[in-house]
Amino acid sequence: MEAGTGTKGTAASMSVMKRVTLIFRSKANKALDRMEDPRETLDYSYQRQLEMLQKVRRGVADVATSRKRVELQMNQIQQQSNKLEKQARDALGAGREDLAREALTRRSSAQSQLSDLQAQYASLQAEEEKLTVASQRLQSKVDAFRTRKETIKATYTAAEAQTRINEAFSGISEEMGDVGMAIQRAEDKTAQMQARAGAIDELLASGALEDVSGTPRDDIQAELDRMGAGSDVELELQRMKGELSGGATPELEAGPQRPQDGSAAARSAQAGRARPVPPAGPAADGAQPAAGSAIPSSDVGESAMPSADPPRAGDGT
Amino acid sequence: MIVRILGEGQLRVDDAAAARLNELDATVSDAIDRGDEAEFRRALKALVAGVRAAGTPVPPDSLQPSELILPYEDADLAEVRKLMTGDGLIPG
Repeated sequence: MEAGTGTKGTAASMSVMKRVTLIFRSKANKALDRMEDPRETLDYSYQRQLEMLQKVRRGVADVATSRKRVELQMNQIQQQSNKLEKQARDALGAGREDLAREALTRRSSAQSQLSDLQAQYASLQAEEEKLTVASQRLQSKVDAFRTRKETIKATYTAAEAQTRINEAFSGISEEMGDVGMAIQRAEDKTAQMQARAGAIDELLASGALEDVSGTPRDDIQAELDRMGAGSDVELELQRMKGELSGGATPELEAGPQRPQDGSAAARSAQAGRARPVPPAGPAADGAQPAAGSAIPSSDVGESAMPSADPPRAGDGT
Repeated sequence: MIVRILGEGQLRVDDAAAARLNELDATVSDAIDRGDEAEFRRALKALVAGVRAAGTPVPPDSLQPSELILPYEDADLAEVRKLMTGDGLIPG
């Protein structure tokens, strides 16, 4: 790609900005087919603007749906993680360190899944905010355009109108191009996350939080992850052992030691029942992103009629 | 002059800021030429931040077109290359 010319003049060195501007402008202008009477293009363009407004509002709703889905998954995984921690504690109380280790290993996977989801959530939230602002901005411009259009139609002859119309068009078509691309961008991001969300749903359904990496990773990364998770597990085991020896279960053993700290952890250990950790389901290998079914069809095609709720469309012309 | 940051809106930027923005823009171009993704992202962020710092938002009901259009702040190299060639741009 031949970008910079290296010239230090004002215009020539603005290569990236200039280039993007030129391309963007030519595309945006092409979007408007001119009609016989230039004043007719005003109404035509206005219809397109109303359609775009609907499109961007649907875009906001789609992103919000995805965000809520991720939120739901975060809650589910958090619960799962809490459950696994309790299981580990119970297992350790029952002298089953192997089961405790297994539970904590899964918990570690759940936690990493959770932080991944948190990042997705933040990204979707940011996308939603951006689209919301874009929608408000477009609404303002569409309103301004509508006023301008009425003035032009009332005041100018077809011949005189052209210049005024061009002025009004260039601003609104740039905004339309920007918003159109923002919607596309948000949809692409949402589609990626929907695919991953599908995989997590399957994973949750399978009950196996052992191998939760939905994305392919290289061997070294997998090994590093294992090592990281391994040391977490060891630390957790040590911590729990410490708690158990420090504040043992007086109920079961007629307590030789009183729990000195009276910690919540000690109390929860008391309440715990030794329960075996369910075996890892085979479904972990087979977790596939259910992309096709998971993506709600956003249907933002050209066929969208602005009739359903045309904002400020009551000009009756 | 009016500058648009894609996905963010329009800002009125004093012409006096042009020299500084040209420098930042040249850094972005360099990074694109070299295909240096990390440097490109850093440079683009700096350029967008520079425009933001030098500009004041244009009222939303203005119908004025922009003199310059900047890529999304978080765009990657591939996306900006598309913006510079027109690939995948959807018309309004």
